[in-house]
Amino acid sequence: MAIITLNPIQKPSLLLEADNIKPDVFAGKSLDEIKALHVFMGTDQLTLGEFFEVSGDSGATAADTKIVIDGDISRVKYIGMKMTAGEVVVNGSTDMYAGAWMQGGKLTVNGDVDAFSGLAMTGGELIVNGNAGNYLGAAYRGDWRGMRGGVIRVSGNGGSDIGTFMRGGEIIIGGDVDVHVGTHAEGGKIVVKGDAKSRVGGQMVKGEIYVFGDIEVMMPGYQYRKDVDLEVDGVSGRFALYEGDMGERHPKKKGVTIYGQLYMKY
Amino acid sequence: MAEFLVKNGFVYDPVLGINGDMVDVAVRNGKMVDASDVGTNATVIDAKGMTVMAAGVDIHAHIAGPKVNVGRNFRPEDKLFNATPGKGVMRMGGGHSVPTVLRTAYTYAKMGYGFALEAAMPPLLARHTHEEMRDTPIIDEGALPVFGNNWFVLEYLKNNEIENTAAYIAWLLRMTKGFGIKNVNPGGTEAWGWGLNCETIHDVVPYFDITPAQIIKGLIEANEYLGLPHCMHMHGNSLGQPGNYGITLETLKLAEGYKPKGDFGRDQVLHNTHLQFHSYGGESYTSKGFASASKEIMNYVNSVDNITFDTGIVTLDETTTMTADGPFEHHLSHMNNLKWVNSDVELETAAGIVPFIYGKNTFIAVAQWAVGVELALMAKDPMRCFITTDAPNAGPLYRYPRVWKWLMSLKARDALLEDAKYGDKVRNACYIGELDKEISLYELAMMTRAGCAKALGLSHMFGSLKPGLEGDVVVYPYNPETADDPELIEQAFGNAHTLIKGGEQIVKDGEIVSNGNKRTFWVNCKTNENAQVQHDISEKFKKYYTVTENNYGVSAHHYTPNPYVIEVDATK
Repeated sequence: MAIITLNPIQKPSLLLEADNIKPDVFAGKSLDEIKALHVFMGTDQLTLGEFFEVSGDSGATAADTKIVIDGDISRVKYIGMKMTAGEVVVNGSTDMYAGAWMQGGKLTVNGDVDAFSGLAMTGGELIVNGNAGNYLGAAYRGDWRGMRGGVIRVSGNGGSDIGTFMRGGEIIIGGDVDVHVGTHAEGGKIVVKGDAKSRVGGQMVKGEIYVFGDIEVMMPGYQYRKDVDLEVDGVSGRFALYEGDMGERHPKKKGVTIYGQLYMKY
Repeated sequence: MAEFLVKNGFVYDPVLGINGDMVDVAVRNGKMVDASDVGTNATVIDAKGMTVMAAGVDIHAHIAGPKVNVGRNFRPEDKLFNATPGKGVMRMGGGHSVPTVLRTAYTYAKMGYGFALEAAMPPLLARHTHEEMRDTPIIDEGALPVFGNNWFVLEYLKNNEIENTAAYIAWLLRMTKGFGIKNVNPGGTEAWGWGLNCETIHDVVPYFDITPAQIIKGLIEANEYLGLPHCMHMHGNSLGQPGNYGITLETLKLAEGYKPKGDFGRDQVLHNTHLQFHSYGGESYTSKGFASASKEIMNYVNSVDNITFDTGIVTLDETTTMTADGPFEHHLSHMNNLKWVNSDVELETAAGIVPFIYGKNTFIAVAQWAVGVELALMAKDPMRCFITTDAPNAGPLYRYPRVWKWLMSLKARDALLEDAKYGDKVRNACYIGELDKEISLYELAMMTRAGCAKALGLSHMFGSLKPGLEGDVVVYPYNPETADDPELIEQAFGNAHTLIKGGEQIVKDGEIVSNGNKRTFWVNCKTNENAQVQHDISEKFKKYYTVTENNYGVSAHHYTPNPYVIEVDATK
């Protein structure tokens, strides 16, 4: 796999919008062509080369291309947005929308990501070795088509509004999360290994949520069904299964009503 | 002002009887003139190998006002990855089904339109509607206030007080700077305030003790009492319900015996809008239970001469439905479980908004598409059938050229049915398979401009290239002699080569080069003093309205900086 390395050389005075930083765009391009790619800062259109030192080689296709960003890009948005293949590794933190609308490939952030990361993603892997901001794997504002596929794995804590309108895929949070988990979900799987605050699975129609720690305030629309022994993301244990949200409509499959499922580990 | 001479194009003007002949078309001081009346300094536009028509006239679209704006606000995803930055005189625009006002204007200009009628203005929120129309450049616009669930109208018509109804309508048109009478789900929207609906024209409206049939007839009579430019503009009861065609036929038959009055040259007393949604047979939305009733409807429409309609053709897109038919939107929100807006406008009307996806791979959406297309293909008189998508209800505004492609090309229709998952089932349940008619450019000119202008009472201004009319001319890059691929229709009619309007060139070589000089059309109808109605108005404001009469009207210059007032004298 060919590797392109980006080294930040200038901290943008405003947030930088860099949706061009993805294997799909870099593949098949020379270093000069990559440096000439546009980025936006406010209403100004500038070039990638003004903010990054670019070295290495790009592969012929996105799948053959790996982008490594060495340094802090905590003021750069849209890293890996809409990427379909290949790999991006950020050795630092990123701003909002990392891996948003991602369709394939792998994006690893060895740091934190800000809000809206993995937004409405349909495939691929987003690995965050740090904390994530709000609206991780959620739907775009207003949209009812949230995350539909792929995996988001966060080793640290998550923010609020994780997996809003989720319809598929998997989100695994190593630490704690804030309010609103899987709101309006119609599928998919969310695992919270730490504690959750409140409004977990509110208005969930379908899907699964697993919480290993405590839920501070439980939604009133969930009913206890039974205890089950499960292995979830490599951890075995006994879980209490709740179904809900009873305040929401629920589809029927072969005469059986399908509910959202909330598993709480003992 | 500038002079223009459009030369060498294939001209289509049904009013003048020009059917594709190569005729020179001239504009001077914003008016059509004889080609010999412009001087040598006239800007010459070479339309060789292209189609020339009068600018389009849209008789029904939802393009400005509170519900359009609520649609914008609650659908940010409608603008996702779909905004265009400003360029030259063009400002930034965005949105598919609920575009910004600027994109609406540019879309109309690129499709060669010069006039559009906002189809439903809640009177209480007329100020907002006018602010949006003011901010929509280029195209001339008017707006129809809604009357079919208005408490004044319901109370007067219950006692068959036509003169009082008419006096109130004239007052409201002045107050709201409105263009005519819109009638949405008569009685049903008021019943929605009780959680009910009027599903037939004989259901009694709660409290008011009046039926939709009485409201419809009463509004036709009041319209003709005043002699307004346009007729009563009807969105009937039970829109979108399988088997509703019987209710539609009953509604249309209420117009029997009425003749148009006034000086505006229209022939109809009832315009049934988005007839597609009202022409369903069967009893469900499934392929086994649904049937098109376009033939039953068109057999009747073709047999009379005092009804016009527009199609409301489904474009098979993701869109945003919005209507003053509150109970219908509730029904829709429970079909697709997406977000829903429900809103009441005190004493006057209500509204609902729901995003909707007409999926190409569902049976019902393609069947709805077929019903709309059938209506246009079965219409015997193209001067009484107008092509719309009830934008954005059956499809976004910018899809008009695609609709024209379907109507003008059997090949395009067959390709769509071939591609659709349930194409064969749609052929079985609808009449689409029996129809091989292709609309000609001459007929298209009637269905998108000449006929619409006449039905709106604006044939003295729009719809033709006749000397003396407004100098609104469009040139489409479409060569009727050589074009064989239906895709060229969609391409050409969505990207006008030239649009001349208001004395200046708006579109030049396919680019928008001017924001024009848009006008707001409204009808100033003078009636005799009516002490009863004046008394009722001040009572209602004192008792019920949350605003005062002084804060109600669209009075300041700010709302209509460039008005075009149509004077009507109903004092005699």
